[in-house]
Amino acid sequence: MANIDIEARKQELLKEGYTEVYTKTKVLTDAVMHYCPGCGHGTTHRLIAEVIDEMGIQDKTVGVSPVGCSVLAYNYFDVDFQEAAHGRAPAVATAVKRLNPECYVFTYQGDGDLAAIGTAETIHAANRGENITMIFVNNGIYGMTGGQMAPTTLVGMRSATTPYGRRVDLNGYPLRMTELLATLPGTYYVTRQSVQNPGAVRKAKAAIRKAFENQKLGKGLSFVEILSNCNSGWKMTPVAANKWMEDNMMPNYPVGDIKVDGKIAEGIDVNRLVLDHPLTVMQ
Amino acid sequence: MARELKLMKGNEAIAQAMIASGTDGYFGYPITPQSEVMETLMAEKPWETTGMVVLQAESEVSSINMVYGGAATGKKVATSSSSPGISLMQEGLTYLAGAEIPCVIVNVMRGGPGLGTIQPSQSDYFQSVKGGGHGDYQLYTLAPASVQEMYDFVFDAWDIAFKYRNPVLILSDGAIGQCMEKLYTRDNIARWTEEERRKNAPWGTFGKPADRGHNIITSLELESARQEVFNHKLQAKYAEMKEKEVRFETINCEDADYIFVAYGSSSRIAMKAMQMAREKGIKVGLFRLITLFPFPTKQLAEVAKRVKGILCVEMSAGQMIEDVKLATECNVKTEHFGRFGGIIPTPTEVLEALENKIIK
Amino acid sequence: MTEEIIIAGFGGQGVLSMGKILAYSGVMQNKEVSWMPSYGPEMRGGTANVSVIISDERISSPIINQFDTAIILNQQSLDKFEASVKPGGLLIYDPNGITHEPTRKDINIYKIAATAKAQELGISKVFNMVVLGGFLKLKPIVDKQYIHEGLEHSLPQRHWNLIPQNEEAIEIGKGLIEAVQTL
Repeated sequence: MANIDIEARKQELLKEGYTEVYTKTKVLTDAVMHYCPGCGHGTTHRLIAEVIDEMGIQDKTVGVSPVGCSVLAYNYFDVDFQEAAHGRAPAVATAVKRLNPECYVFTYQGDGDLAAIGTAETIHAANRGENITMIFVNNGIYGMTGGQMAPTTLVGMRSATTPYGRRVDLNGYPLRMTELLATLPGTYYVTRQSVQNPGAVRKAKAAIRKAFENQKLGKGLSFVEILSNCNSGWKMTPVAANKWMEDNMMPNYPVGDIKVDGKIAEGIDVNRLVLDHPLTVMQ
Repeated sequence: MARELKLMKGNEAIAQAMIASGTDGYFGYPITPQSEVMETLMAEKPWETTGMVVLQAESEVSSINMVYGGAATGKKVATSSSSPGISLMQEGLTYLAGAEIPCVIVNVMRGGPGLGTIQPSQSDYFQSVKGGGHGDYQLYTLAPASVQEMYDFVFDAWDIAFKYRNPVLILSDGAIGQCMEKLYTRDNIARWTEEERRKNAPWGTFGKPADRGHNIITSLELESARQEVFNHKLQAKYAEMKEKEVRFETINCEDADYIFVAYGSSSRIAMKAMQMAREKGIKVGLFRLITLFPFPTKQLAEVAKRVKGILCVEMSAGQMIEDVKLATECNVKTEHFGRFGGIIPTPTEVLEALENKIIK
Repeated sequence: MTEEIIIAGFGGQGVLSMGKILAYSGVMQNKEVSWMPSYGPEMRGGTANVSVIISDERISSPIINQFDTAIILNQQSLDKFEASVKPGGLLIYDPNGITHEPTRKDINIYKIAATAKAQELGISKVFNMVVLGGFLKLKPIVDKQYIHEGLEHSLPQRHWNLIPQNEEAIEIGKGLIEAVQTL
């Protein structure tokens, strides 16, 4: 992957009369990201990197990346990083934190990694109340392997392995891992955010910041789900994919805090979310 | 614990050696016949003395991945299990080897396949030295034959693991794990200081200081050409182990007409059979493997030149015998004798097998 | 000197701890020792056995199939291990619950009514030490002082107050053992 000399290019542009309005955080490397244009991974990476930068913890942070689209996340964050086996990031991060309690430790995982193959590791890390931050990017599909059904694929949603749409009788229900984790006493902060517009990005960043700050308290796991489009997997333009996400993903995966400071957030009925929330069946 | 004489189970010796050798972390999951390892650690509470972390994971899959995470920070991290649990760990083991993470894994073998039995067996030889997981990798594999060696090999394992940046497997079985014998403990080695960690594991992911680039622990390489180069590097490392780190023991091989080749608890049974044979006037020796990988190929070939026959004794259907025949290039009559599925052969049976399969 | 012993009976009779106390006493007397239990489901109420070797030399195999002495505490164990006693060896059994007496003619046979005696004296918890006493009377392979040290190392410190009771039980056993057949 060709790396551009960002600093030299910036000087050229300034000479040509451009004005600097935004500087990339130094916690992101200059490596060119391989993510599809319009995908939420790039924005989510930036938010995490900015939080690490703003908190001044670059020298104390260890990240754990999954198997999935973000398998190469270690190339983009200028912090020490480990690449975990598929689904195992919460177990890996558990040991990093237990053996290095002074470090800030986060996992970055997709829905297949965190909510299918790594369900046991996720639930048990949360249930032990590990003092780590877990970032969960949910786009309802297996992006890297070519758009197969994920545990979070909506009922009726087409994928490479549900070409006629997900059927409950055949494939079961979409898994709301975030609501599930909120019911465990080991989680301290559980929230669902999205990054499809500037307002959502600002809220997502505040949530990620809180999830990192919480590691200082030692009161349990902080979990941030980020809803993202997968425009290439969904076979849509980025703009259409964001609209589709708002119309279809969000009714099933409502955005907002679910658990804050160890308590279920105001106005949230976890029972309703986990047990009774109606599933939208897509047409 | 200072140097003391104790009576202890092999499994307890593993736990005590972990504490005494300055191990930073242990992650495990209960399984018979090795549960005393974690039970002993939990009873000893080393987090109050040496600062060692001990955690019961939700599965062997998690415990081996905890080893990955902890050991990748440049700390001394270990786990233990028994055959079915080690099968579950194979994915983690190949990732550990592929990411070149030093760590120690103990397998107290039991009979298989499947859930099998909880009694001793040695049927994980292929899994241990022929690559249990995917890819071209090797675990440095030590086979203790006594409670004292269960203890001592933990110390040796740390040296090798960090010298070569490679996982080390201590391959034991239920007989040595459950047996109590005399044990001389050693003085405690302190856990590494922060400075020592940074010196011994400069590749570790423990937070990037301003004066270096970020450390990355991964086994992923999308470019085949680079992955081939990396594989050559691994093979060079294994070749160096073959050159420098082979361990074995010979007993009465100088004048022997026949030898037993065995490791672990089978080597103890073979030693007894050797003594019984010598009482009958049959000149028998014992070639005991201590490292299974690297295999003492040259050394065994040398001894084999002088004998009329070799009986391989292993609690399996005959796994180690393949490496014995490769070592001797089938130049000498070689047979396998073993019981399996959790049955331990008796010295009498071993001697009879020598007489019937080799001497006759 | 090498003494290879099998102790076998029901789980809960103190078979494994008897072996451990004997082995630890051997350690204290600077002998080589090994203690190899059967383990697994049979520990929980079924049969349990342990091989103990005490020797002046390096012990080759802790796993053996022929014994100098078999200490037998139930019928199943007698059926299983009578044939494993070396010719000229020693078999000790508690007659409690035994319906078929041992039949070997080439070994020394002794019996010790330890179950009955322990019940009579209300010392069932140290029944296994009564049996050990009977064995030590016939084969004094470890000295009394080392038995004391062996008890100290085998029992948690909070139970050290029971050591005198254990030692008394050993003495009772020494007086209780009787010959059935001697060569």
